[in-house]
Amino acid sequence: MPRLDPCYTRTPEMRAFVTRAVTVGDVYGNDFTTPEQQPTPVIADRPDEPASFRALLETDGRVEPRDEMPEGYRKTLVRQIAQHAHSEIIGMQPEGNWISRAPSLRRKAILMAKVQDEAGHGLYLYAAAETLGVDRADLLDQLHSGRQKYSSIFNYPTLTWADVGAIGWLVDGAAIVNQVPLCRCSYGPYARAMVRVCKEESFHQRQGFEILHTLSHGSEAQKAMAQDAVNRTWWPSLMMFGPPDDDSPNSAQSMAWGIKRFSNDDLRQRFIDMTVPQAEALGLTLPDDAIRWNEERGHYDFTPVDFTELFEVIRGNGPCNEQRLSHRVKAHEDGAWVREAAAAYADKQAARHAQEGAA
Amino acid sequence: MSQEPLWEVFIRSRRGMSHVHAGSLHAADAEMALRNARDVYTRRQEGVSIWVVPASAIEASSPDEKDAFFDPAGDKVYRHPTFYDVPEGVQHL
Repeated sequence: MPRLDPCYTRTPEMRAFVTRAVTVGDVYGNDFTTPEQQPTPVIADRPDEPASFRALLETDGRVEPRDEMPEGYRKTLVRQIAQHAHSEIIGMQPEGNWISRAPSLRRKAILMAKVQDEAGHGLYLYAAAETLGVDRADLLDQLHSGRQKYSSIFNYPTLTWADVGAIGWLVDGAAIVNQVPLCRCSYGPYARAMVRVCKEESFHQRQGFEILHTLSHGSEAQKAMAQDAVNRTWWPSLMMFGPPDDDSPNSAQSMAWGIKRFSNDDLRQRFIDMTVPQAEALGLTLPDDAIRWNEERGHYDFTPVDFTELFEVIRGNGPCNEQRLSHRVKAHEDGAWVREAAAAYADKQAARHAQEGAA
Repeated sequence: MSQEPLWEVFIRSRRGMSHVHAGSLHAADAEMALRNARDVYTRRQEGVSIWVVPASAIEASSPDEKDAFFDPAGDKVYRHPTFYDVPEGVQHL
């Protein structure tokens, strides 16, 4: 798991602010709000919240599957965990595209291990969702019929080998920034799944960085390929953090419930602050002339993200939406005979055991 | 689609440690559950032994009865060594 930076540590007094977060925008760190910035309560004493649930949140306890919880909390988690799981398994496609064309056996073995990890991450997350009383088969149906979404980033194509590097470095890098705080999510099974995911994710980011570093220090054409991949991946990866806080209707409630710990804009800023020096180390540029260090803010400034593209991709108008989903549905249907054979074999074995037991 | 049964997975991380709950998965039978558990939960040598248990076979205490169930141990502090006064200077006790 990536090393936690110091702002993730907190005292119980600081924790008290988490359930009061509200003006999403200046909640950078529900964890270390100063008293003068103390926000007003967003969900003070909601009548439908069981007392045991409130008590757990107030003491930074973890909610476990059979505990009492408000229906809204359960539904929010099911939606978020399911969409997270869908993203992991759809995310296998853009990279899987390059397994047969990886430039060396070493790169091929690494890429296969990474894509296999993504399948594993999907499984951890589906299992976490099932603890909330839903069925994995139903969640897959909802993915296949388009009723549940997955991260829009996977609706972009991987045109060159350098895209595999850019995905590892930027897309997995952004995912890590989003996921590390989820390791402290108030719902136990989700938090535990995220701990496993984060541990594995850091290899993903490094291998991407290494691919780009190698290309960037190769021939002119290789460097140009790396730069082109970064140019195309940069803005979509910033969009992974979601719409700006003002346009993110569910954020405040999720923060109050301890599902989400930082606002979209704060996580985006954190990602940019980490990434700019890494781009310098790669010898590549980021496609935004406005990026420069702001001494006063202690952060890098950047051009605001144009979210019209994100909303278009969410609506289904991204470059690969149709291809990703139809490939997923086909893989599922083509695998039906394997599931049927396994079930038939299990039935036969069970019947045989029963017969032996009777004899 | 009919769903394969759910299995809970327990992993012994190394010899000398006990098996610890790692997560769950679906599989048609115990053998498939073990193979899937190896692929899902031990890709980085996280285990030397795996148990899989049908989730339906697990009986759990109820969170609703948590207080009544566990409280009886709450007022028996004399079960802890720190309950006892030891005269100053007494060692190995």
